[in-house]
Amino acid sequence: MSPIFYLLAALTIGGGLAAVLLKYLVHAALATTVAFAGLALLYLELDAQFAGFAQILVYIGAVAILIVFAILLTRGSDLPKDGVFSRTWALGLVIAAAVFAVLGWAVLQSVRAVPQQTAVPAVTVRDIGNALVGRYVLPLEIVALLLTAATIGAVIVAMHEKERPR
Amino acid sequence: MTSVGVSTPLAGYLLVAAMLFAIGLAGALVRRNAIMVLIGIELMLNAANLNLIAFWRFGPHPELLTGMMFAIFAIAVAAAEAAVGLGLVIAIHRHTNTTELDKINRMKG
Amino acid sequence: MQESAAFTPQFAASTITGILWLIPAVPIVAAGVIALLKQPRRKLAAALAIGSLFVSLLLSLIAFCHVVAGWAHGAVVREFVNFTWLRAGNSTVDLGWVLDPLAAIMLVMVSFVGLLIFIYSVGYMAHDENFTRFFCFLSLFAGAMLGVVISNSLLLLFMCWEIVGLTSYLLIGFWYQKPSAAAAAKKAFITTRVGDVFFLLGIVWWFSRTGTLLFYSHGWGSLEPLNLAILSTQHAALGLSAATAIGLLIFAGAAGKSGQLPLHVWLPDAMEGPTPVSALIHAATMVAAGVYLVARVYPLMSFGAAAHGTTVALTVITWVGASTAVFAALIAVAQNDIKRILAYSTISQLGYMMAGLGLGGVAVGMFHLITHAFFKALLFLGAGSVIHGCHDEQDIRRMGGLRADMPLTFLTYAIGMLALCGFPLFFSGFWSKDGILEAARHWDISKGPFILLIVGALLTAFYMTRQVCYVFFGYWRGHDPAHESPKVMTLPLSILAFFAIALGVIGTPAWPWFHAFLENRPAASDLHGFAEPGLVQLMLLSSLVVFLGLYLGWRLYGNKSPKPEAPDALEKSAPWLWAPLRDRLYVDELYGFTVIAFYAWWARVADWLDRRVWGGIVALVAWLFSLWAHFNRFLDVNWVDGSFDKTCEELSSGGGLLSRVEGGRVQNYLRILAAAVVALAAILLWSTRP
Repeated sequence: MSPIFYLLAALTIGGGLAAVLLKYLVHAALATTVAFAGLALLYLELDAQFAGFAQILVYIGAVAILIVFAILLTRGSDLPKDGVFSRTWALGLVIAAAVFAVLGWAVLQSVRAVPQQTAVPAVTVRDIGNALVGRYVLPLEIVALLLTAATIGAVIVAMHEKERPR
Repeated sequence: MTSVGVSTPLAGYLLVAAMLFAIGLAGALVRRNAIMVLIGIELMLNAANLNLIAFWRFGPHPELLTGMMFAIFAIAVAAAEAAVGLGLVIAIHRHTNTTELDKINRMKG
Repeated sequence: MQESAAFTPQFAASTITGILWLIPAVPIVAAGVIALLKQPRRKLAAALAIGSLFVSLLLSLIAFCHVVAGWAHGAVVREFVNFTWLRAGNSTVDLGWVLDPLAAIMLVMVSFVGLLIFIYSVGYMAHDENFTRFFCFLSLFAGAMLGVVISNSLLLLFMCWEIVGLTSYLLIGFWYQKPSAAAAAKKAFITTRVGDVFFLLGIVWWFSRTGTLLFYSHGWGSLEPLNLAILSTQHAALGLSAATAIGLLIFAGAAGKSGQLPLHVWLPDAMEGPTPVSALIHAATMVAAGVYLVARVYPLMSFGAAAHGTTVALTVITWVGASTAVFAALIAVAQNDIKRILAYSTISQLGYMMAGLGLGGVAVGMFHLITHAFFKALLFLGAGSVIHGCHDEQDIRRMGGLRADMPLTFLTYAIGMLALCGFPLFFSGFWSKDGILEAARHWDISKGPFILLIVGALLTAFYMTRQVCYVFFGYWRGHDPAHESPKVMTLPLSILAFFAIALGVIGTPAWPWFHAFLENRPAASDLHGFAEPGLVQLMLLSSLVVFLGLYLGWRLYGNKSPKPEAPDALEKSAPWLWAPLRDRLYVDELYGFTVIAFYAWWARVADWLDRRVWGGIVALVAWLFSLWAHFNRFLDVNWVDGSFDKTCEELSSGGGLLSRVEGGRVQNYLRILAAAVVALAAILLWSTRP
């Protein structure tokens, strides 16, 4: 394992931890952004350049901003009286630990089955483009539809309700 | 960027993804605020994406781009879902003036 | 009276026998019509009653003449008409009527005396507001009595007998607002009922043994030799034959109706009724019905008796009659109510009649019945006239000196009184009573009845003299002055007085027309009838007795009129004798002590049974049911409802439990999801580990 990997992994994990543990929502959002960034770099490390840039564009560029907007509109800056962690946080922690344990166990068990090192795939953007409109054209269209619906839906959901005539 | 020699094994990436997933889950389960839950969910999605990319890179036939496509679509869908979800949170906040999940239990059976 | 199937005249009955049924029917129909009239229609009611009885009288006279004609030709007249009333399988119940000398005589007497009393009642009841009702009952009575006379069937006789008893009840209690009158009516009815129970037993027994209740029916009748022979050979109990036993049972019924010794208690109380009622029913006719009944079934009573011998039944009748005669005469001595004296006198004379039947046969007893009917009715009507004239006063101690104020009443009353005493030669009572004494003298069984009857005659003369002295002699002790009664009342008195004298003629030994007529022998008028040994001595003896009684009475009571509050002359001299006699020899008290007390006790027992035992059972059943109901309710509430409620509770708590899963808290859902995934994954991984 190269040190870059460890660095990036630490960045991502650290960002994730910070996002979950920080008290203020805005700090948590920023930490999330750091986690997103770390992930993007990991994608680049994995020779998935397109995915990495898409990650930066979409997640950091849209989702994080969205989160910040939502925090703004819901007065997330106000802290609740009872603290930011729910009363049953221990249970959640245990469950999360159990999930990690299971997943870790699955990974470590299957180490021998998966080849560890392969050649770098020669992937160009052109190939991705061809795949998008070729093999994956249906998912593409559906995702387009989904995005449209999501957009409209989000607008409607978040819209101010008209005053009903009394 | 030049591809660095892949000396990290797949397991490392998978473990990172698993850890991130667990952290995201913990965040979704432990925090009170609805937006924090959404952040947790985003983290979980991202962890899954990392899994996908890792398997694409180290699996057979990377030239088929299966994993990458999956991840790209996942990103798109996650973005749409984040939008709708945050819109919902905003709408709920407008109605109930709170974003605490404990207080939003109108759908209880 | 239903007429079913065949109405076939049996014997070659004459026309009059064919329409004989009209004699009772017409007054009964008149009674029915009067019952429908309103109270103010007095004239119409009286006219209907008197008219109907007049029709009956005419028909009776025609029948009588017919029988006399037949008798004069030497025939045994007994015509009857029978018809079937009920049919049950092979046996039938027949009814019918008969016309023979006995019935003919009785018909004429009843209708004639009845007619006179009806006419009298028009005057007597003129002031009463229930005039119409009175005549309705009187008419019904007359019809029923005539029915008793002509009936050829014991059953028909019994039915008419009961109607007679009913009308007696209605008439005694005519003034029902008076408690004493209502009580007297009830007493009369119940006492005669006691006798009637035995009567009915006798009827049933007779019917079961002979299969018929008809008296005469071409040789098959129950009074005809064939059936009588059957009855006399069957044994009942105590060594008596069936004939004797049945005869005694029937006599018991007659004893109730005719006031013989143990069952006489109702007659004096029956004086609560209006005086015409007392005259008609309790002097002349109804009480005579018992005597008539015994006369009717005399063949049964006398069957098997040798000449001058007697049967057990007749012996019993004789003794009962003789005792009654003396018993009642004793009590009559100490009474102060004018009607009560006459009532006891009636009981006494009825005893004479029964004794006469037992001692000398039908003719002897019936002759006394006929003469008694006339002079007793006369005495009662005279008493009624006196009461009316004294403004409804009935106590003889408050009368007196009415000889001057009510001369016609006095004259007729005196005639009746002398007839009753048996004053020699001129008065019918003498001849009829002598006939009985003669028969008593000849009785072989014992001289006891003879002595009793002589004593009775003495007492009769004594108390009648006492009564007449109190009422008509001396001076007036009442309030307002008395006055004579109107013609409508004194005319019947005169007519009856005439007969009280004249009837003696047909029964003297010199010309025993009456006896011959009844016994279907030719009647010879023959002064040698007096030549019978001992007859003249007897006549002298009885005359002496009468004179003695009259003398004693006159000596003690004469022209003196003691104050009402002062004790009686006899009471002063023999108070120990007076008290029991005045208290009617305690018979009523005896009954009250025994029979009535027993009934009261029985009623209490029945009431206790009813309330405690049957009522208790009913209450117990009800309680059991309520217990069951409670148990059911308990089951229902606790078990059924409880289980149901419990189930519902469990369901809802289960639901509550389940609903907590759907808490509506998203993070819970997520937790559960994650936990499930972990579990599944663990399982999967565990199963595929190398």
